[in-house]
Amino acid sequence: MIALFFRDLKLSVRAGGGAMIGVLFFMTIVAVIPFGVGPDLNLLARIGPAILWIGALLASLLGLDRLFQAEREDGSLDLLLMQETPLLLTVFVKCAAHWAATGLPLVVASPFLGLFMNMDEVAIGATVVTLLAGTPAITFIGAVGAAVAVALPRGGLLVSILVLPLAVPVLIFGVSAVYAAIQDPAPFLPPFMILMAITLFFAVIGPVAAAAALRHSAD
Amino acid sequence: MRENSLAIRKFSDLANPTRFLALAARVLPWLAVLTVLFFAVGLWLSFTTEGDYQQGETVRIMYVHVPAAWLSMMCYTVMAISALGTLVWRHPLADVSAKAAAPIGASFTFLALVTGSLWGKPMWGTWWVWDARLTSVFVLFLMYLGLMALNRAMEDPARSARVSAVLVLVGFVNIPIIKFSVEWWNTLHQPASVMRLDGPTIDPEFLWPLMVMAIAFTLLFFSLHIAAMRNEIWRRRVTSLRRQAARNAGRESLVP
Repeated sequence: MIALFFRDLKLSVRAGGGAMIGVLFFMTIVAVIPFGVGPDLNLLARIGPAILWIGALLASLLGLDRLFQAEREDGSLDLLLMQETPLLLTVFVKCAAHWAATGLPLVVASPFLGLFMNMDEVAIGATVVTLLAGTPAITFIGAVGAAVAVALPRGGLLVSILVLPLAVPVLIFGVSAVYAAIQDPAPFLPPFMILMAITLFFAVIGPVAAAAALRHSAD
Repeated sequence: MRENSLAIRKFSDLANPTRFLALAARVLPWLAVLTVLFFAVGLWLSFTTEGDYQQGETVRIMYVHVPAAWLSMMCYTVMAISALGTLVWRHPLADVSAKAAAPIGASFTFLALVTGSLWGKPMWGTWWVWDARLTSVFVLFLMYLGLMALNRAMEDPARSARVSAVLVLVGFVNIPIIKFSVEWWNTLHQPASVMRLDGPTIDPEFLWPLMVMAIAFTLLFFSLHIAAMRNEIWRRRVTSLRRQAARNAGRESLVP
C-alpha cells in the first residue's frame, strides 16, 4: 500500500500529470478575478477567502478524472481489482496520493495568492487551515465521480458536474469558517468542526462508493 | 413466515417485464382517473377557500408549491430505494424505475423552485435568496440533471444502471439536509408546519386543500412513473429487436 502511494505520487508529479497544472489553474483563476471585479483592494480583501476557496475547488476538480483513467487505459485497473488487498483500501490510498499530489500544492500556494488579494495574516492563516482540512473531502467525493465516469470515453466534464453539487457543503463551511475567524463576534471553531466532520464522513463514504462503482463498471 | 415469503414472491414476480406491463396496463387507467378526480377536488378547494388575512390571494401558490417540494424529495427517495434494489437484490426493474424517475423528479423540483420564486417575490420582496432550504433544493435539482446526463452518456443500460445507482445513494445525504435545513439554519424560509410530531400548526382551512393536493400530486407521480417505466421497457425491447434484425441482416448478406 505504501508502495502504491509513492507510485501514484511519482506518476502524477513526474509525467506531466495533473499536479502542477492544478496549481497553475488555481493561480490563473485568482489572477483573473481582479480583472472581473476591478482592482479595488478593499473589495478584494473582503472577497479574497471566498475566491481562494472557489479557485481551490475548481482546481481540484480539474485533475479528478485522471484518478482512475490512466489505470484503466493501461489495464492496471483490472490488476488492482483482482489483487487480494481490499479494493476499499486501494481506493483510499489512491485518493490520499492524489490529494498529496494535487491538493497539497494548492494549500501551499494559497498564502502567496492570499497576499495578491490583500488579505491580512489572520485571514490567510484561516484560509490555509480550512483548505488543509477541506480539500481532502473534495478528493474523496471526487473519487466517486471519477469511478462512476471511468467507463466513459470523455468523462472529465461530467465528473465536475456530478461532483460539484456534493462539494457545496465543503465550500459553505470552509468559507464561513474563514469569515468567522476574521469577524470578531462569530466563533471560528463550530464551522471548522463541521468542516472536519464532513471530511471524515466523506473519507468513509467516498472510498466505499467509489470501490462499488469501480467493481460494477469493470466486468 | 409464509406470508412474508409470499410477499417476496409477488414482488419478484414483477421482475418479469411482461408481468409488469400487464399490471401497468391494468393499474394505469385507474390511477389516471383517480389523479384527475383528486386534482379536480383539490383545485376546486384551493380556489374556493378563503385567502389568508395577511397574504391575501397569493397563499394559493402554496397548494402547488408545497406538494411539488414534497414530491421532489419523495422522488429522490424512490430513486434511492430503486438504487438499493439494483445493487443489493439485482431486481431487473429497479434500474428502469430509477432511470424513469429522474426526469419526473427534476420537473417537480423545477416546479417547486419556480412557484417558490413566484411566491417569494410578493412575500419576501425578492425572487431568490441564498437561504439554506432554497440552496439545498437547488442542489437537488442539479443532482437530478447530473444523473440524467450520466444515464444518457452510457451506452449499456445495465452498466449505467449500476454505476448511477452508486451515485444516487451517495447523493441521498442531501435529502435529510433539505428536510432539516430550516431547523439547523434558522433563515428566511419558514420552519415545517405540517409534518410535525406535535401535529400540524397550520389552520385546518388551509390544511384540507393542501392535503388533497398532496394526494393528487402523489397519484400524478405514480401515474407518470409507471407510464415512464412502461415506455422505458418498450424502448429497450425495440432496441434489442433492432439489434437482432441488424444481426440477421448481416448474416443473410454474408451467405448469398
